[in-house]
Amino acid sequence: MNFDWLAGEAGDIGNFFAWHAALSVIPVVAALVMALPIGWLVKQSGVLRPALLGIAGLLYTIPSLALFVLLPLVLGTQILDPLNVVVALTLYTLALLVRTVCDGLDAVSADVLQAANAMGYRRFSRFFRVELPLAVPVIGAGLRVAVVSNVSIVSIAALIGTPQLGALFTEGLELHFLTPILTGIILCVALAVSLDGLVIFLTRQLTRWQPRS
Amino acid sequence: MITFKNVTKRYDNSTIAVDNLSLEAPKGKITIFVGPSGCGKTTSLRMINRLITPSSGTIMLDGQPTEAIDLARLRRKIGYVIQHAGLFPHLTVVQNIATTARLIGIAKKQALGIASELIERVGLDRTFANRYPWQLSGGQQQRVGVARALASDPEFMLMDEPFSAVDPVVRHQLQEEFLRLQRDIGKTIIMVTHDIDEALKLGDQVAVLRTGGILAQIASPQELLSKPADAFVADFVGRDRGYRYLGFVDATSSLAVAAEPAAPLGTEPSTARALTRDRWILVTNAAAQPMGWVDLDQQTGPIRESDLNLSGTLASQSGNLRQVLDAALSAPSGRGVIVGTSGALLGSVRLAEIVTAIESAKAVGMGARS
Ligand SMILES: Nc1ncnc2c1ncn2[C@@H]1O[C@H](COP(=O)(O)OP(=O)(O)OP(=O)(O)O)[C@@H](O)[C@H]1O
Ligand SMILES: [Mg+2]
Repeated sequence: MNFDWLAGEAGDIGNFFAWHAALSVIPVVAALVMALPIGWLVKQSGVLRPALLGIAGLLYTIPSLALFVLLPLVLGTQILDPLNVVVALTLYTLALLVRTVCDGLDAVSADVLQAANAMGYRRFSRFFRVELPLAVPVIGAGLRVAVVSNVSIVSIAALIGTPQLGALFTEGLELHFLTPILTGIILCVALAVSLDGLVIFLTRQLTRWQPRS
Repeated sequence: MITFKNVTKRYDNSTIAVDNLSLEAPKGKITIFVGPSGCGKTTSLRMINRLITPSSGTIMLDGQPTEAIDLARLRRKIGYVIQHAGLFPHLTVVQNIATTARLIGIAKKQALGIASELIERVGLDRTFANRYPWQLSGGQQQRVGVARALASDPEFMLMDEPFSAVDPVVRHQLQEEFLRLQRDIGKTIIMVTHDIDEALKLGDQVAVLRTGGILAQIASPQELLSKPADAFVADFVGRDRGYRYLGFVDATSSLAVAAEPAAPLGTEPSTARALTRDRWILVTNAAAQPMGWVDLDQQTGPIRESDLNLSGTLASQSGNLRQVLDAALSAPSGRGVIVGTSGALLGSVRLAEIVTAIESAKAVGMGARS
């Protein structure tokens, strides 16, 4: 480790870290907001459901780099525009979370749903007051996977020049210099671990009703 | 009043679950649907709040056809209690109960107030208010389920085997509490059970359904016992129907209560023998409440608590012939002990007199308690 280099670059590194965090988190939030209604619709779709979830799964097989490069053509953005990365990651996360939301809604017991119907809940309030709160444990588990994998996918965007911790890897490679690479790895892991911890914390806050052993 | 008019339910695979059902559940009374498994009880119940849509026929609430009422509004008028309570796992007891009140538009604070009052009303301690459903026993969950159905003060209540998932002791307790509650609130209730004892105990009116969803008979419990419509009903009501019938015959009018000598604890056998000509003497406590019998032929020293024979049951002054008969049959002396409302000894009735009372009740065919 070359600490002189670290000290000199601290400003840039801090900047990269902030970008990296934003690029990882914004897509998760955006995808969650979309996944809730879409997941609910897919759950209602009956026979179509396996097909719809299959299509969502296919999205995941598109290589991320290809998506980063293709999106500017679709969106009309500049190749360096961080928006490309945000949109690409939102799509990935959405693919993951739609299934998660579906699974979460499945976990709500039939007895509880029947009771809610019999009490006279309308669809909308049944979703927000009964189904969604009970789906939180499953959705929370899906979100953990999403944030952690986003942290690693974001670093790939360094190849198309978006500023984030991945830039330290490319820099280290070009200069044959280990310090930026190690710094990048350490900060990526730290970011992933703290985001994961944040999701765990929030999930716990929303599921105080669950038995804790 | 809930009215079924020629209601039929045919499921897609063409099984007829309910066949041309017509009946009335009168206002403020408990109507019980009873019958063997698969005879269409649950289907009939769920057609009332339209969790299931009838294939044909009409169900009316106070004369208004249910299909004319907005679905959510209809359901909010009807309390619904199911076997495993179906409580919301993510809400505390008090929040669970408040949900139905919230649904009919009562403000949150007020709804929670109603809910905490209901907790005690259904026989739970207030300390349960902030527990989650998984922290309750089955019987406690069932009580919360009843409280939740009551929080919106609905006119109608539907209950599907509400007491069947708990052990017999708790079931008995819940049934007693339920009857006490109903005496205060007077809801129009339809309850489903497959337990004929429960039906006869709780029902003002009992509808017996047979397989295929056909109404076999609808009548008061005593009529069902004394005049079953056919062999199916007679068989379903069971072997003990003759004895059970006595549960509906008032005892006070037909029996003369004789004085029964009693001795307090600590009495010497010689003193006790002077009180009675019989070999058995009743022992009472300071409040004159019967404690048990003592066999004076066996007794040597002063009467102690451990000398008591506790086999005898007690019949209350306002009780029925079944209780009095059981009191006489279970007492070693053969005399049924009668107590007043405070539990104090009033006297006793001999078995022979009870049999005479039964005979005259049968002969007159009256004395039925409604
Ligand atoms: N959704 C359904 N689709 C097809 N058939 C059904 C359906 N629900 C019930 N049935 C059939 O309708 C009949 C009546 O069922 P129901 O649940 O009303 O009986 P039940 O009297 O409540 O029985 P139990 O005492 O066992 O609860 C049964 O033969 C059952 O198999
Ligand atoms: Mg049933």
